[in-house]
Amino acid sequence: MSDNKAALNAFRNDVSAWMAENVPTDPGFLLPLTFLEVGTEQQLDFLREWQHKLWSAGYLGMHWPSEYGGQGADPAYQYIVDKALAKHNAPIIFNTIGLNWVGPLLLDMGTDEEKAKYIKNILSGEEIWCQGFSEPDHGSDLGAVQTRAVRDGDDYVVNGSKIWTTLGNYADHMILLARTNPNTERKYDGLSFFLSPMKIDGVEAHPIRKVTGEYGFNQTFFTDARIPASCLMGEEGGGWMVAMKTLEYERGVTAGQASGYWGVTIQVDDMIEALSKLEHDGEPLLSDPVVRDDLVGFIMEAKALSLTGRRSGIPALTSDYPMGLALSVKYRGTEYERRMKQYTASKQGAQSALYVGDADAVSGGFWQRAYFSNFGATIGGGTTQVQANIVAEHVLGLPK
Amino acid sequence: MSVLGNVSISLTEEQGMLLDVARGFVRDQAPIEAVRAQLETDTGFDAGTWQSMVEMGWAGIALPDTVGGAGMGVGSAVPVFEALGGGLLGTPLLSSTLAGQLIWRAAGESAAGWLGRLCSGSVGTIAYLDGGDWGASNMGVALGADGALAGAKSYVADASVADVFVVVASEGGAPVLAVVERSSVADSAISENVLIDLTKRAANVDFSGVTPAEVIRGDAVSVAIRDTLLLGALLTAAETTGAANKCLASITEYLKTRRQFGKLIGSYQALKHPTVDIYVGMENARSFVYHGATIVGDEALDQDAEIACRMAKVAADEVMVFAGDRSVQFHGGFGFTWECDSTLFIRRAQWAQQMYGGAIHHRKRLASLLLDS
Repeated sequence: MSDNKAALNAFRNDVSAWMAENVPTDPGFLLPLTFLEVGTEQQLDFLREWQHKLWSAGYLGMHWPSEYGGQGADPAYQYIVDKALAKHNAPIIFNTIGLNWVGPLLLDMGTDEEKAKYIKNILSGEEIWCQGFSEPDHGSDLGAVQTRAVRDGDDYVVNGSKIWTTLGNYADHMILLARTNPNTERKYDGLSFFLSPMKIDGVEAHPIRKVTGEYGFNQTFFTDARIPASCLMGEEGGGWMVAMKTLEYERGVTAGQASGYWGVTIQVDDMIEALSKLEHDGEPLLSDPVVRDDLVGFIMEAKALSLTGRRSGIPALTSDYPMGLALSVKYRGTEYERRMKQYTASKQGAQSALYVGDADAVSGGFWQRAYFSNFGATIGGGTTQVQANIVAEHVLGLPK
Repeated sequence: MSVLGNVSISLTEEQGMLLDVARGFVRDQAPIEAVRAQLETDTGFDAGTWQSMVEMGWAGIALPDTVGGAGMGVGSAVPVFEALGGGLLGTPLLSSTLAGQLIWRAAGESAAGWLGRLCSGSVGTIAYLDGGDWGASNMGVALGADGALAGAKSYVADASVADVFVVVASEGGAPVLAVVERSSVADSAISENVLIDLTKRAANVDFSGVTPAEVIRGDAVSVAIRDTLLLGALLTAAETTGAANKCLASITEYLKTRRQFGKLIGSYQALKHPTVDIYVGMENARSFVYHGATIVGDEALDQDAEIACRMAKVAADEVMVFAGDRSVQFHGGFGFTWECDSTLFIRRAQWAQQMYGGAIHHRKRLASLLLDS
């Protein structure tokens, strides 16, 4: 065994012991399944404390530079922690927009000042980040955003509205894509990217209730909000490129995220375990040949995702479509999960109709809630249909 | 323990080089025009092309060096078959490789004579099916006390060019392998099938009255048959994945150049999105195929390897049937013609999906392997 492998194994044992000791038990109220559903102060306080505890133990952003609160370690270490979090059914690490897209973006393209100012507080959970990209009239067509930022002395004055602002009502900062020039030939060239404060006059976040019945995202209104010009990231008019880089982190195309554990992990094994307790026609559900064949399909999809993830590290097996596996991972993974959860939620006989809050609901309505919640993944960060266009155009070279 | 089981996947440097060499070979020596030129010939392949493959050592690629093979393990055949599939290049290599596996797995080095011949380019093939059912016992041909066979085999791949038949037969109810020289089979005993895929050849062969040159008996025979069928599924899946990838390339090429209603048809999402699904399906199949290549070895296949071979076949069949079908449809009227390569792809898809068992054959067995253990 190499030294490196021995070190990783020792670390795995340490992490496992720490988790057994420190992962919080059921707090007695419903915790969000993903970072998209933090809807109460109670949940927020609980999750912030948990993230701070994980970071204080040295288990968050391990591969980020130590000067900004990381450990300067190999990414393999964080991967081990993320796996252990899932294995111990830990509460989610909620400050995801900061941890997984703003942090890596700043480390990649930010100034030293920006890194020093923001990154450590992202890790510690002291400052929460949200994202201001989508607008009520411009979701998938991000290049068409209309929120205006007009330079006025040392400030920009922002007017307009952003929507689906996850964590917006709690956030300290927003990555904001706004139009600084409405008259450019290409719509993309009039956009600028800001690291914008949220707790200032003229910014209001109104929570929106979701199909799950829970909260978590907002519509954010800007009314003559003045943000310092120093919040501009990169050049004025250069926002589109920064936004695209952000989406690479959001979609997992580029690595560097502080923690992959942004949602409760639901595996095909969980599905099989849930179904194994159910009956159908007075027989175990898993003895039904139709169900068995369906499960073979789900297991194959899960296995293909796992194998394909591993194969992306073998250049000889990806040479014909070099970016293909990375650019299609969201398309493949999120749709499989949606169907897997819907399937499990619908094989419970009459109890399929019960939801969270009913004492008779199977697993407290976990699968019904998980199915609805999963639309956050198939819609957020570019819908499945947009992902298909991206794969078609950027991997297969098909015309727009 | 996860139901996903073994998820290892790797490629040795040698396998990577093989993939490059084999792709280059197909590109240079077997362009689609050359494949088309063989569609309606008796053998279905060019003798010179086959000879070149033998000279590169591919006839023994899956066999150990102690019997004249390449000694790289059976997994090393996967990149070669993926590349051959990419050219729709039909040769007896699949038949001969599997015949070699069956003999090697049942008899080991005691069969070095036969295996050496296969490695040096004699064509071998397995006579397995009694009829259309890959899941039947297929023990209909009997080896009598007089040492002669009685009965016929169906759909024997590459029978008309085979030098050696490995006949799966029954001796007093026990499975045996009867190794038969072509010279002991009368021409009239071989009747060619009309196959849906014109790059492939098969025939029904009546072995009645034929005395095998050698009979392989013993406990290893059953396992060897089972494992060779699984490897047949894996290698067919590798070939099919290559074909699906080529089919995808042909679809995208057309979508990028054909104009209707004033725009390139590839801009229509009704064509674009299913094409993405072909791409994703092809990549999934490729993952299963190379996972299989990673974990199959010379020893008896374990449960993980069995699962890998079956999943590879299911994944490759499903994407190839979809790709071939959509290829005809997306090419419109041209797609419906003999001149369009879609014809070759849809025919390959319909041929491949049954070989070594179709999707329901493998999915039914996967259900037991995954859910009952």
